[in-house]
Amino acid sequence: MEQKISIEIKNLVDKWKSKEGNLIMILHEIQNHHGYVPRELSLELSQMLDVPLARIYEVITFYNFFKLTPPGKHKIAVCMGTACYLKGGQDLINEVKNILHIEPGQTTKDGQYYLDMVRCLGCCGLAPVMMIDEKVYGKVKKSEIMDILSKHGSTD
Amino acid sequence: MPKVIKAKINGILLRVPEGTTILEAAEKVQVKIPTLCKHPDLTASAGCGICIVRIKGTAKMLRACSTPIEEGMEIITHDPEIVEIRRTVIELILSNHPNDCLKCGRNNNCELQKLTADFGIRQESFPQFLKNLPTDNSTNTITLEPPKCILCGRCVEVCQNGQDVWALSFLERGIKTRISPAGEIQLADSPCVRCGQCSNHCPTGAIVEKDHTGKVWEALLDPDKFCVVQIAPAVRVAIGEAFGFPVGTNLTRKMYAVLRRLGFKAVFDTSFAADVTIMEEASEFEERFINNKKPLPLITSCCPSWVDFMEKFHGDMIEHFSSCKSPHEILGVLSKTYYARKNNIDPAKIFMVSIMPCTSKKYEISRSDEMFASGYQDIDVALTTRELSRMIKQSGLDFNHLPEEECDSILGEYAGAGVIFGATGGVMEAALRTANYFITGNELERVDFDAVRGLKGVKEAEIEIAGKKVKIAIAHGLGNVEYVINKVREAKKNNKEMPWHFIEVMACPGGCVGGGGQPYNVTDELRIKRAEGLYKEDKTKEIRCSHQNPYIKRIYEEFLEKPLSEKSEKLLHTAYKSRPTYRK
Repeated sequence: MEQKISIEIKNLVDKWKSKEGNLIMILHEIQNHHGYVPRELSLELSQMLDVPLARIYEVITFYNFFKLTPPGKHKIAVCMGTACYLKGGQDLINEVKNILHIEPGQTTKDGQYYLDMVRCLGCCGLAPVMMIDEKVYGKVKKSEIMDILSKHGSTD
Repeated sequence: MPKVIKAKINGILLRVPEGTTILEAAEKVQVKIPTLCKHPDLTASAGCGICIVRIKGTAKMLRACSTPIEEGMEIITHDPEIVEIRRTVIELILSNHPNDCLKCGRNNNCELQKLTADFGIRQESFPQFLKNLPTDNSTNTITLEPPKCILCGRCVEVCQNGQDVWALSFLERGIKTRISPAGEIQLADSPCVRCGQCSNHCPTGAIVEKDHTGKVWEALLDPDKFCVVQIAPAVRVAIGEAFGFPVGTNLTRKMYAVLRRLGFKAVFDTSFAADVTIMEEASEFEERFINNKKPLPLITSCCPSWVDFMEKFHGDMIEHFSSCKSPHEILGVLSKTYYARKNNIDPAKIFMVSIMPCTSKKYEISRSDEMFASGYQDIDVALTTRELSRMIKQSGLDFNHLPEEECDSILGEYAGAGVIFGATGGVMEAALRTANYFITGNELERVDFDAVRGLKGVKEAEIEIAGKKVKIAIAHGLGNVEYVINKVREAKKNNKEMPWHFIEVMACPGGCVGGGGQPYNVTDELRIKRAEGLYKEDKTKEIRCSHQNPYIKRIYEEFLEKPLSEKSEKLLHTAYKSRPTYRK
């Protein structure tokens, strides 16, 4: 495993070595491949680029795009755009939080669900809207959420 | 010669060298522009916006801390609008800062609190939005309370660029920005070496030393305990700042008196143990330099943050490290062995408190098995200068008017060499005085080594002992270490001659006088004055070399036999091990 990490990072470092701003480009590649930036890879990267880990984490956490935890199998996106917000988007988020015991930006312990708060899914007429993976659910009522979630996986 | 700039501040014409900031220039016309994020030690981060000033001809207000003055500038440092803006900035900062000043470690000593008072802010103008982030006590030396952080960036600057440790960083952005080690870890799992410079530079109570005064009061109350205490060299020239004495006033004898009146049964001086350190370390140097028993250079090890730094990042230097313990640990073990036996006291009852300029000593007292060489924990509690100041104030003792007293014998009387330990270069100077005697058998005519004194980041010098050139280097502030270590490493790798034979390192800028546990608002000017207080004492001492101290001779005769004897090795020396952590 350790050796695999080294080779992966080494290839990336070699590819971007001579380019300015290479840290961000390498982090992008890591995230594209793994879905997030694993700590072991940041540690290895710190060694190879001679950049302190503290600086790497400053960059990762500065940009919303980079994630530090593995994404869940299913991505739940609850809309908090203006229309959904007014139609009770917050209630939906609270209900998902209650059922899955996670905050927006977190993944359930079993790795099944990742909860995200998004701005406008482009179907305001259906507000409040939530989306699980590619499937859009419109005019969602709080009471329906349990059913919707169980269609995609376990909610234990 | 830098170019001279002509400009006007509040209508007063002044000339300053190019590169002078508005903040610095204003002082020349008797204006002290209020600041918060700016610390005179550190590069301006222009984070808070308190120091804004108006420039004639521009609509924008500029930050005085980070704006160099330009030719012909006409600056206004205060008018009703500027004052109002400054007040708003403070009010906004307060909206993100808890109101628990009364119970804060920086109560009465907080830069934000002072500004709030100066601006007469009596009400909450904005609703409070506080961060809910956990307190980090993991190092047992400093306490990090992120909700109290105002994001000035001083700690991050001093940790990353000053000390080159990179334990602290700014994570996230905007309203979520926080100071933290890299990721969801605690400071104890980061490269933090507990130097406490973050706590010394923090303007608020976000980072303070872990308070251990309660443990000391408890012990003083316990009739079964025989409480003894020692004071480090650097404390005596800094504690006065907490009581209104001029910076650098040497208060050694008042400290002995106050500690006795606090209830300690015996008052010792770490400077005595510094003399012991020198006997051992100078002997180690002789063994390496003359007898080639171990490789050169010899590197000093009195500073626990430096030891921690070396164990974490420079494990390959272990063979160069002096195995000698730091002076306060030596005094600790001697108090629970030699002193206990001589005075017929059960060492189990002795409670030894160290008064140190240092947060890292809190970590050192249990860092390895060797810190229990007496059979007990050799030092029970380490307090910082700041904690002792508080204890004195709690007791009601009138420190300023106390009479002067002497310390207890025999772990008290010290040579001048022992007291200069508190300044960068002091250990080297003290060691050279004695090493010269050990190697040549002759006393020096002049014991001052001017080349090792002062605040230059890395000091290098060549001196002659017995016709041989001894090359030395002194680094202070961990950010200055890499240059020295890299040169040694390179010479080792290429089998070349070592650049130096003897190296001293102190983690804090200025050495212990600038320690993380010392009174706040330290600048180079203060560091110099504190160091002068020590050098002045050295100069007036009749005995200035450790090996001439009659009490040192006596303790070796009666107890330790000779430097590096089996007994000395067992009690006064320690070992190191590589403890790699993620790269700083």
